[in-house]
Amino acid sequence: MIDKKSGSNSDIQILDGNRAAAIGAKLSRVQVIAAYPITPQTPVTEALSEFVERGELDAQYIAVESEHSALAVCTSASIAGARAFTATSSHGLAYMHEMLHWAAGTRLPLVLACVNRAIGAPWNVLNDQQDSISQRDTGWIQIYARNNQEILDSVIQAYKIAETVYVPVMICYDGYILSHTEMPVAIPLQQDVDRFLPQYRPHTILDSSNPKNYNLVTLANPRINAEGVLCHGYMELRYLLQEALQNSRETIRKVGQEFGELFGRSYTDLLWKEKMEDADIVIVAMGSLAMEAIVASKMLREEGYKTGVLGLRLFRPFPKADVLKALSKSRLVVIFDKNISYGSEGAVCSEIKAALYGSQVNAAIRNFIVGLGGRDVTAREMADAVKKSIASLTEGVPNKGYPEWICHI
Amino acid sequence: MQTRGCGHICGESSPGIGEAGKTGEWRDSYPLIDLRKCTPAKQNKPACFQCWLYCPDAVISKTIPVQVNLEYCKGCGICAEVCPVHAITMVAEETSCSS
Repeated sequence: MIDKKSGSNSDIQILDGNRAAAIGAKLSRVQVIAAYPITPQTPVTEALSEFVERGELDAQYIAVESEHSALAVCTSASIAGARAFTATSSHGLAYMHEMLHWAAGTRLPLVLACVNRAIGAPWNVLNDQQDSISQRDTGWIQIYARNNQEILDSVIQAYKIAETVYVPVMICYDGYILSHTEMPVAIPLQQDVDRFLPQYRPHTILDSSNPKNYNLVTLANPRINAEGVLCHGYMELRYLLQEALQNSRETIRKVGQEFGELFGRSYTDLLWKEKMEDADIVIVAMGSLAMEAIVASKMLREEGYKTGVLGLRLFRPFPKADVLKALSKSRLVVIFDKNISYGSEGAVCSEIKAALYGSQVNAAIRNFIVGLGGRDVTAREMADAVKKSIASLTEGVPNKGYPEWICHI
Repeated sequence: MQTRGCGHICGESSPGIGEAGKTGEWRDSYPLIDLRKCTPAKQNKPACFQCWLYCPDAVISKTIPVQVNLEYCKGCGICAEVCPVHAITMVAEETSCSS
């Protein structure tokens, strides 16, 4: 297929989300892959090992005994100057937790595909977003895909983003709903991806001819090193990580725009908007749930409600200004979370509330916890939850203390 | 990419003596070597050197007699533990703040 706008060539194939992620990594010419199989991520590792074995991808596929080691290998590869990739889910991501901090703290531009799956206990292999939300404070950029095309496109963009701002990027997509569901995906040509994505230029490199120490005990305050140079203390390095994430929004936007110019699918907006122009009731959701929300919104529109959908593509850094602008005309915001910060509320809800604080937007906020452990979330249920929220407006409570759960208790 | 100060965005440095400052200041006791017992000094031969081998900070020299670099010795006492002829005694520093 030739895209009319960009003139770019691509091949359309019917792919599941895992294959889309693996092809995205292959097109990004990753040089080191280390991953440990876990449901529902396993097919990503299988596809990549096939590419390497068949000689289609010039990369080292390093077999490891755990996810912690997988990310340790990627971290080491990245600091030695290689573009590295890993993928995991749920307990695997939890097991990587420590290394997630090391990767971000060392500012290594890794890309990790997180196939969102519920986390035990009790044991469950189906989808929700508790795994990646639990890692939100590790200093990684988090992008959530709504469909398989976005998975492939986001992996390629993730390398460009990560290697520009030197912050690792997690591409999150819903287990089974996307990972094991096939849909048409346009696969860009390698030569076009090569034009889009330059070679990896490390910010620092471990080289035996120029030995260096990394991440030694770094005290709180700046100090003079053995060469007489005043070096950052722990807190300065942590500030720089926060600053890099704060400033990464512009890079993410710019990379999304460049991608659109080359491939005809623009990612300039950090949010997805559906019928938001005249909407005074907004449904907010992240990942594939945003697609279901569009169906729910259509049902509500047919009943005469002015609803719109705000899909979050980027969760870290949280696009506060964009969210505030998008919600400026709303009187009710209904947020569906496939995660729960126990004792508080859904993570997306907290972010939206924080974004609106002190602004002119005076919308009532309602939060529903849905779809945990793969519980089906239907458009009808979402529409009913919105209607219930509208009815509750007469109570005059703008912000309820705790979320409601759509479950049988 | 914007850089400030040292220009590093992660904790990195070149290997060198004193990367963490004069760590001898951390010490609350120092190793006192009795050269009448210490094997290389006593025999005037390059022998034993267990203290040199085991010192985790590499501040003991493989010389006759062995010498301890007190600017960096943290006073861990491992040399005194491993000395087969008990030539090393840990002696308390007179003040808690030797600097």
